Amino acid sequence: MEEKRKLIDENGIRTDGRKWDELRPIKIEVGPLRNADGSAYIEFGKNKIMAAVYGPKEMHPKHMLVADRAVLKCRYHMAPFSVDERKNPAPSRREIEISKVIREAIQPAIILEDYPRTAIQIYVEVLQSDGGSRVAGITAAALAVADAGINMRDLVVGCAVGKVDGKIVLDLNDTEDKEGSGDMPFAFMPNYNAITLLQLDGLFTPAEFKQALEMATEGARKVYALQREALLTKYFAGATAESTAEEVGE
Amino acid sequence: MPSKSYVVETLRRAQMLELLSKGTRLDGRGLSDIRKLEIQTGVIGKANGSAMVSLGNTQVIAGVKIDKGIPFPDTPDKGLLICGAEVLPLAAANLEAGPPDESAIELARVVDRGIRESEMIDMSTMVIKAGKFVYAIFADVNVLNVDGNLFDATSYAVVASLLTAKMPRFVMEGDAVKNTGEMNPVPVLKVPVSLTMASIGNTLVADPTSEEEAVMDARITLTTDGEGNICAGQKGEPGALTQEQILTAADWAVSKGNEIRAAIKEATGRA
Repeated sequence: MEEKRKLIDENGIRTDGRKWDELRPIKIEVGPLRNADGSAYIEFGKNKIMAAVYGPKEMHPKHMLVADRAVLKCRYHMAPFSVDERKNPAPSRREIEISKVIREAIQPAIILEDYPRTAIQIYVEVLQSDGGSRVAGITAAALAVADAGINMRDLVVGCAVGKVDGKIVLDLNDTEDKEGSGDMPFAFMPNYNAITLLQLDGLFTPAEFKQALEMATEGARKVYALQREALLTKYFAGATAESTAEEVGE
Repeated sequence: MPSKSYVVETLRRAQMLELLSKGTRLDGRGLSDIRKLEIQTGVIGKANGSAMVSLGNTQVIAGVKIDKGIPFPDTPDKGLLICGAEVLPLAAANLEAGPPDESAIELARVVDRGIRESEMIDMSTMVIKAGKFVYAIFADVNVLNVDGNLFDATSYAVVASLLTAKMPRFVMEGDAVKNTGEMNPVPVLKVPVSLTMASIGNTLVADPTSEEEAVMDARITLTTDGEGNICAGQKGEPGALTQEQILTAADWAVSKGNEIRAAIKEATGRA
């Protein structure tokens, strides 16, 4: 992919006015859906993503149940109107792969052993897509799991980094994703420093790869602060982060 | 894909962890060693390029077909690459026939990403008439025997097929595309090489077998382009990796990748 135009100007400012290490505006809400056992909505730049969790519930088909733990299922799907040209609503190969990597990114955080013989279903519905929809989806989906009251070891939070005009930058927007020279979606469990999603395309030298990994970790920590705040807002409205930390016994 | 027997898995895992703590593995390999790699090209005469690859007991066959195609609207002046992978039901006792499942789709997409992102093929020259007709490369892989690490075996098979493929030369004749009958090699710029590693109880091992995959916590595939870049990556399986493990994986992907690249070049006469 050759770069067609400059994506970072001489002052180091990106196409949407951000600096290299700046996140797009993020808005997170926990529990917007009434029927789901847990839900979360995230706006991450122009991404608008709804996540919902049903379960633990009966496992279907029965022969797929696991005797000593729950089975986690995940569907990532893009609405036909979420992109510039209408997307065929049938699941694409891309969506099938992303569903798999999101499930594998969130699974380490859920204590599946607490819910034997059941299924936990995660839905990630992209209503409007921008760069980084899978990592924004993971951030919302982990909150939806927490909102469902399912036992977790940690939250999972994601952030992408990429390479634009030869420079490693945080949180690619759609233009940078399409016209830049590299993209690296990342997600981790912040309290364990355990990396649960890593994908990469584009050309990175080993030194750039290391820098990208460190930048993604730092960026995801910033998203984590907002993710945690959204959960506290729903369950401890009015309380400050410090006083709630005491209440939840930290 | 290996059979998931809880008891066997738990016993094997304990044995494996003990061996790994001593820096060795069930089959005697060192942690970063890969199994014996065998590459035979030109095995299917009707394909434009083909290769049979075995990596230990994992065996795959790739066939590349090159034809005229219609470019994607957003890349009117570039050729097409379409990768497919199928794990045939004859490849292991626990498999059934059916459309590619999510694992096979992931397999094809990770292999595709390595080739595409490395810019292995000069797609800008794979054009018959910009916006109208381009060359389309269909790379399909059938897995014949499963013993772990399908990612690398599949990737090496596609790369070896492309390196030895011959494509027809098409020209425009009025509004129609005409096959000149002339055959040329595919315009290859680089040789991407993937390396897949498994994390088992926080120890990283390269080129995992089915037995190792049955007990692994997480998997990571990194592809290098031979010019000092990492060009594709994919973490898989419901476990986590540390930052140190990922950086070790990147080191191995570069150093082992160079050895494997030399072997692929030799097997395909591109040395």
